[in-house]
Amino acid sequence: MLELKMVNTFYGSIQALKDVSISVTKGEIITLIGANGAGKTTTLMSVSGIVRPASGSILFEDRDLNDLEPDQIVAAGVSHVPEGRRIFPYLTVQENLDLGAYLRRDSAGVRKDLEYVFELFPILSQRRHQAGGTLSGGEQQMLAISRSLMARPRLLLLDEPSLGLAPLIVQQIFEILVQINRQNGTTIFLVEQNAYMALRVAHRGYVMENGSIVLTDDTRVLLENEQVKEAYLGV
Amino acid sequence: MNYFLGLFVSGLTRGSIYALLALGYTMVYGIIELINFAHGEIYMIGAFTALILASVLSIAGLDALSILVIASLVAMIYSAAYGYTMEKIAYKPVRHSQRLSALISAIGMSLFLQNYVRLAQTSNFLPFPALIPRFTFLDLLPFRASSAQFVIFVTTAVVMILLTFLIKFTRIGKSMRAASQDKTMAMLLGVNVNRVISVTFLIGSATAALGGVLISSFTGQINFFIGFMAGIKAFVAAVLGGIGSIPGAVLGSFVLGWTESFGAGYISSDYEDVFAFAILVLILIFKPSGLLGRPENKKV
Repeated sequence: MLELKMVNTFYGSIQALKDVSISVTKGEIITLIGANGAGKTTTLMSVSGIVRPASGSILFEDRDLNDLEPDQIVAAGVSHVPEGRRIFPYLTVQENLDLGAYLRRDSAGVRKDLEYVFELFPILSQRRHQAGGTLSGGEQQMLAISRSLMARPRLLLLDEPSLGLAPLIVQQIFEILVQINRQNGTTIFLVEQNAYMALRVAHRGYVMENGSIVLTDDTRVLLENEQVKEAYLGV
Repeated sequence: MNYFLGLFVSGLTRGSIYALLALGYTMVYGIIELINFAHGEIYMIGAFTALILASVLSIAGLDALSILVIASLVAMIYSAAYGYTMEKIAYKPVRHSQRLSALISAIGMSLFLQNYVRLAQTSNFLPFPALIPRFTFLDLLPFRASSAQFVIFVTTAVVMILLTFLIKFTRIGKSMRAASQDKTMAMLLGVNVNRVISVTFLIGSATAALGGVLISSFTGQINFFIGFMAGIKAFVAAVLGGIGSIPGAVLGSFVLGWTESFGAGYISSDYEDVFAFAILVLILIFKPSGLLGRPENKKV
C-alpha cells in the first residue's frame, strides 16, 4: 500500500534520512522505533509531503506522493497525526473535528464518522464546545486521532501518540488504535519512542538509527531480539 | 453636548475607515505574520480606480448613487487583483526566508506602487466627486452628521458583520482560522494554505479599496500619497487592538478614531497625529499584545 524506496531527505546540508526503504501492506499496523533524532518524524513528514526528499520515491497505491501537494496527499487517503498533537487551541473541539473532514463532501458520512469518534472517545462529545487548548494532554491526543479519522483515511500516520501521557491513557489510546485497525481495516504506520508498547500492538516493526533502517522483522521476533531489548526495551 | 456628539460622529467615521483598512493588516498578519506595508497603497489604488470610473460613468450620464455603487464594486475587484498579485510577486517567494526579507519586500512594494501611480496618473491632488447622495433626515439631528459619515459608518458595519459571519461559519473561514493557528497542521488536514493566503489578500484588499472610495468621496480629493498616512494609522489601530485579532482591529480603529477626533476637538487639531502615535506608545508599554490580542503563545 505504501512503499518508500531509497528515500534520502536533507535539512540544509544535514542528511536526515539515508536510503530509507519501508513497505506497508494494506490492513497492517507497522511501527517505526528509534531514539530521539533518528529520523522517525522526518520519515512521516516526507510521506505527507511537508518535507520533500532529495531522492527516492514514496508510492501510495501506485501514485508517487512526491508529485502531490500535501492537500492532495490527504485527498488520496493518507492522514497524519503529528508529534505534539497540534490541536488548534482557539478552535472548539467540534471545529477541530470539522477541519478533519475539510476535504469531504459527503455530509451524511461525516455525521456518521462524528458519531463514531464520539463513541471511541465519549469525553470529546462532552467537551464539544470547549476550545481545543483547554483540553488535557490525553484528551488532546484523542482529539488529534479523531480529527484525522474524520478524513476517513485508508492510511493513518501516527507520530508519538504516547508522548507525555500517563501510562493508563497510553494503554487506552493504543487499545483504540488496535480497534480502529481491526474494525475499519485502517492501515496504521506508528512512530514511537515507547518501543515496548509499539511492538506489542504492531504486526511488523522497523528500527531506525541515525537516519537509516538498521533492522526489520515481525514484532514478535523484534521483542526477543537482544539488540532491541538492550537499546530500546531497557531489559 | 452637540459639540461632543459632533466629535463623536467624526471619530466614528475615521474609525470606520481605519477599520476597513486595519482588517487587511490584521488578517494578513494573522496568517503569514507579515506587516503588509503596501496595504495603504491598495486603498489609494481603490480610490484612483473609483475616480477614473466615476469620471467615465458621469459622462455616460448615470446618477450619483449608481456611480457610487458601480465604482466601489469595480474598485474593490480591481484592488483585490492588485493585492492578490502583490502577494504572489513580492511575498510568496520570500515566505520561507527571514521575516525581515518579507518586510523589506513590503516596503519596496509600497514605494513602487506609490511611484507607479504618481507616474501613471499625476502627483497633484485630484478632485474627487461627492458621490454620496444627501439624506435629508440627517438634518433633523441636533448635531452635525453628514450623509457621507452616515454611509461610511453603515457600510463599515455591514462589512464587519459579513466578515464575522464568513470567518466564523464558512468553510473558507474555518480554514483561515486554522491556518492562522498552525499552518503545517492545516496542510496535514488538506487545507490548501496557498489558497487561504490568496483569499486573505483578496478580502483585505477589497475592504481597503472600499475604505479608499468612501473616504475620498467624503474628503473630496485624492493623490498618490493618501495611502501612506492612512496605512500607518490603520496599522496603529491594528496594533492597538492586538494584531492578528479581527475584533481587536475594529475596536482599535474606533478607539484611535475617537482619540484623534476628541483630541483635535478639545485640545488642538495641530496635535491630531501626536494623539494617534502617543496612544500607540502607551499601548506598547502597558499592554504590548494589544487590547484584544492574545499573549504570544509558544509553539512547541
